[in-house]
Amino acid sequence: MAIESEVVVVGGGLAGGFAALAAAREGADVRLLSYKQSTLAQASGLVDVLGYTPDSDRPAADPFEAIPSLAEEHPYRTVGVDGVREAMAVFDEVADRYRGAHTDRNALLPTHGGTIKPTARYPAGAAAGVASDERDALLVGFEALVDFDAPHAAAHLEAAGVPFDVSGATIAFPGGLAADAKVTRYAKLLDEDAPVETGTGATRRARSALASAVQPHLDGAERVGFPAVLGDDDPAAVRESLETQLGVPVFEVPMGPPSLPGLRLEDDLYAALDAAGVSMETGNPVVDYEPDGERGSEGRIASVSIDRNGASIPFAADQFVLATGGLVGKGIGSDRERVEEPVFDCHVPHATDRYEWFDTDAFGDHDFARFGLPTDDDLRPLDARGGAEFENLRAAGSVLGGYDFAAEKSGSGVSIATGHAAGAAAAEAVR
Amino acid sequence: MASTPHIVVLGGGSTGAGVTRDLAMRGFDVTLVEQGNLTHGTTGRMHGLLHSGGRYAVSDQSSARECIEENRVLRDIASHCVEETGGLFVKRPEDDEAYFQEKLEGCEACGIPAEVLSGAEARAMEPHLAEDIDKAIWVPDGAVDPFRLVVANAASAVEHGARVETHSEVTDLLVEDGDVVGVEVEHASGPGLRVHGTEGGREEIRADHVVNATGAWAGQIGDMAGVDIEVRPSKGVMTIMNVRQVDTVINRCRPKGDADIVVPHETTAILGTTDEEVDDPEDYPEERWEVDMMIDTLSELIPALEGARTIRSFWGVRPLYEPPDVGSTDPTDITRDFFLLDHDDRDDLSGMTSIVGGKFTTYRMMAEGISDHVCDRFGVDAACRTADVPLPGSEDFSVLRDYMDEFGLQSPIGRRSVERLGSRADEVLDTDGPNPVVCNCEAVTHAEVQDAIEGSGSDLNAVRIRTRATMGNCQGGFCAHRLAGELQDSYDEPTVREAWDELLQERWKGQRHALWGQQLSQAMLNYALHATTQNRDRDPADAPGSVDFAAFDAGPADAVDHGDTDRAGDTGVATDGGRDGD
Repeated sequence: MAIESEVVVVGGGLAGGFAALAAAREGADVRLLSYKQSTLAQASGLVDVLGYTPDSDRPAADPFEAIPSLAEEHPYRTVGVDGVREAMAVFDEVADRYRGAHTDRNALLPTHGGTIKPTARYPAGAAAGVASDERDALLVGFEALVDFDAPHAAAHLEAAGVPFDVSGATIAFPGGLAADAKVTRYAKLLDEDAPVETGTGATRRARSALASAVQPHLDGAERVGFPAVLGDDDPAAVRESLETQLGVPVFEVPMGPPSLPGLRLEDDLYAALDAAGVSMETGNPVVDYEPDGERGSEGRIASVSIDRNGASIPFAADQFVLATGGLVGKGIGSDRERVEEPVFDCHVPHATDRYEWFDTDAFGDHDFARFGLPTDDDLRPLDARGGAEFENLRAAGSVLGGYDFAAEKSGSGVSIATGHAAGAAAAEAVR
Repeated sequence: MASTPHIVVLGGGSTGAGVTRDLAMRGFDVTLVEQGNLTHGTTGRMHGLLHSGGRYAVSDQSSARECIEENRVLRDIASHCVEETGGLFVKRPEDDEAYFQEKLEGCEACGIPAEVLSGAEARAMEPHLAEDIDKAIWVPDGAVDPFRLVVANAASAVEHGARVETHSEVTDLLVEDGDVVGVEVEHASGPGLRVHGTEGGREEIRADHVVNATGAWAGQIGDMAGVDIEVRPSKGVMTIMNVRQVDTVINRCRPKGDADIVVPHETTAILGTTDEEVDDPEDYPEERWEVDMMIDTLSELIPALEGARTIRSFWGVRPLYEPPDVGSTDPTDITRDFFLLDHDDRDDLSGMTSIVGGKFTTYRMMAEGISDHVCDRFGVDAACRTADVPLPGSEDFSVLRDYMDEFGLQSPIGRRSVERLGSRADEVLDTDGPNPVVCNCEAVTHAEVQDAIEGSGSDLNAVRIRTRATMGNCQGGFCAHRLAGELQDSYDEPTVREAWDELLQERWKGQRHALWGQQLSQAMLNYALHATTQNRDRDPADAPGSVDFAAFDAGPADAVDHGDTDRAGDTGVATDGGRDGD
């Protein structure tokens, strides 16, 4: 006897989360099955909608305006500009520590390597760092935190032609953290504002010790950027006390994994799912499904099953959403011969010769970046002949094919928009 | 003699570096010229097997004797470059019993220690060996790090007064009246350590003698002086696994064939290889079937390879040579002996000697031979000492110290750093400041990277081969930008960016041959980290024209409309009704 829900969402990242949220808000009884931590910990925490159109090396100022020019198989074309706007409105409501909704225009945010990238939404903690803001900036790095070299990032930003002066300083982070301390250790010290020993042997609170260490480098800078380690539980308070003591706005520069802004976004998303009444089952992979009727002639899915310590536990539902991610999240798998979708074995178009999956240039036009499921207008995965794989299965996020989120800077936007659309459609189908 | 003879050595592989060291130790004034990094050619593209000689014990016993002799020398003088893994020649049921016996007898005849193990004994030593392996012969094969070894030879040469020029391509040989009097080189950048992005320069380096140790490129050098050197380049593929399935070198015990060896290396294992003649040492096809064959064929010895993760593949070209009258059609038949070509005797062209053929394990012996020859030419009476004097890093090498406390490093990191650095560990790791790990996969610290930058300049690929940074599972996905940051203190931003780009491209080149399964996932993650998170694919600093910053969001009103000081506290707070803004 399977556990019954109206909608089962497989996958707990942005796409799965927004699918579950949309379905629950439409009144459906929703269960979300998620395996490991989502790839949000690996993302910068910036929420891109569309930074570049395929043919341009110039960042797109308005992502919504650019959507109609995308190829027909692009998931944005399926959900449409209105669908994207509707989903982003839900995002703005859920993630109230994000900024950028006040304008359709993209913002250009500095990255930890010193490039700038276009993005549609950014954490409030990064807001004072936007590159179209002309105030002079100081970037501060910590000598044991190799992910962010502030002088390098500053020099790189100047090479990108930013309209302000920017310099970088490397300081010792107060508190004697080990050379290879995790970013969460920095965040925790600041969250707790723990007493730390300074260079002179005196004991001070971590935030004030940090501000004092930065002070001599200010030199007229009108804002100060730090690597994104300024607190985990209460980053606003950490930032506020640094701002008060330094007398200038403070911002975080998004970094690579593990990304605190990404983890904070995940927290917000899960809080919203809780509030919407979504049931969550985490920690075990979905490994199989049962068709409604004979296997091989399946029109509908009856249930999916998770593997819990070798036991197979089924979850039945009326509608299913597949949001297991792409190659990174393992929603798309491969071996030497083929590319596959491992849960339902949905059709994944790909060249038979794996040497056609990639380009010879590291940043070339890679087929693998577009691996994923093709869908119909209702986001239902299509088989090789162009028919729906299952009548009651929709797909969302990186498991979808036909777009290169890395080149376009569109990963979060596609996940949110297609997740929202798939969840809403699933709830509607239940009614 | 009036003055010290000046010798120019062409080629920064094992032979060139070995000759440079040897001649410098014998008192010559030596300049080494290499078109790329040290190890740029064949040396940097081999499987790192330190031959026991077992491989040649049937087909070429004089080579086998040389190998075991040099194997012992290198374990002695280059201890921090060698891992004494031991090796097995394993026999499958379908492999010829008579050949197994011949191999065993050959080893004995050549003075190679050899011991027969039953299949069960071999599996007790290497549990991943196939169940149906009949038996095996144990020999003292080893693994050697060619990068570390060549860098140590070059460092020793420099200590003895040599000049080492990398990224300096020979554009011409200077020939006057049938005598080679020097070379013309084009420096990719200013003389000395490579600096990207500055104007390169042409230099005439006059010399009393030129040693052509350019391996597969020897024919091209010969062409510049109108002499014919028929090197026959033969390519071979090597596929790198992300873990060591075996800790012993595994050879297949059969006469010859492709895909018959697995060499454990640091955290990886290297599968090899093929042997196929090519026309051009720099331009040959790198093909899917070669990679597939490594995995499929070697899985017969180690079944776990079938489903294992490969991280990249690379190809090398052997600089095979055979005297003009032999005429082998199959490159596997061509001898692995080396040949010293005295162009005076051979072509009436004085002032140059070429060295061709040979193999990595006997590089020092070859260098000794050439150096003896050069000494002969100049009437210099100086004994070769390279077999006795340890290479830098190997003078007092012991891994038994407690590096955790000594250098404030976590134990495995300290251990690996010290294994790489050998006796240079104190010099490099004893730093005042913090010494965080820059490359997590290979446990390479800031101090080690800075040491490599000091030795090799702004080229991150040179830093890579000296430290192993970016050579692990993630292939630079997580640390390429960190390495770029490490250059920042010494070099300007465009130089750093160019080195960073070069590193990304170089790391991609080999990964392309491992793009399925987990490594394809890794490649997508790396692509996302570099392109999405860092926007390095469309880096505005590289893009033509400037970005119209005014067309983009200048920040939310609460972050721009307030006065400079009081706005500070408002950026994230009190803008929302519900939870605080962040």
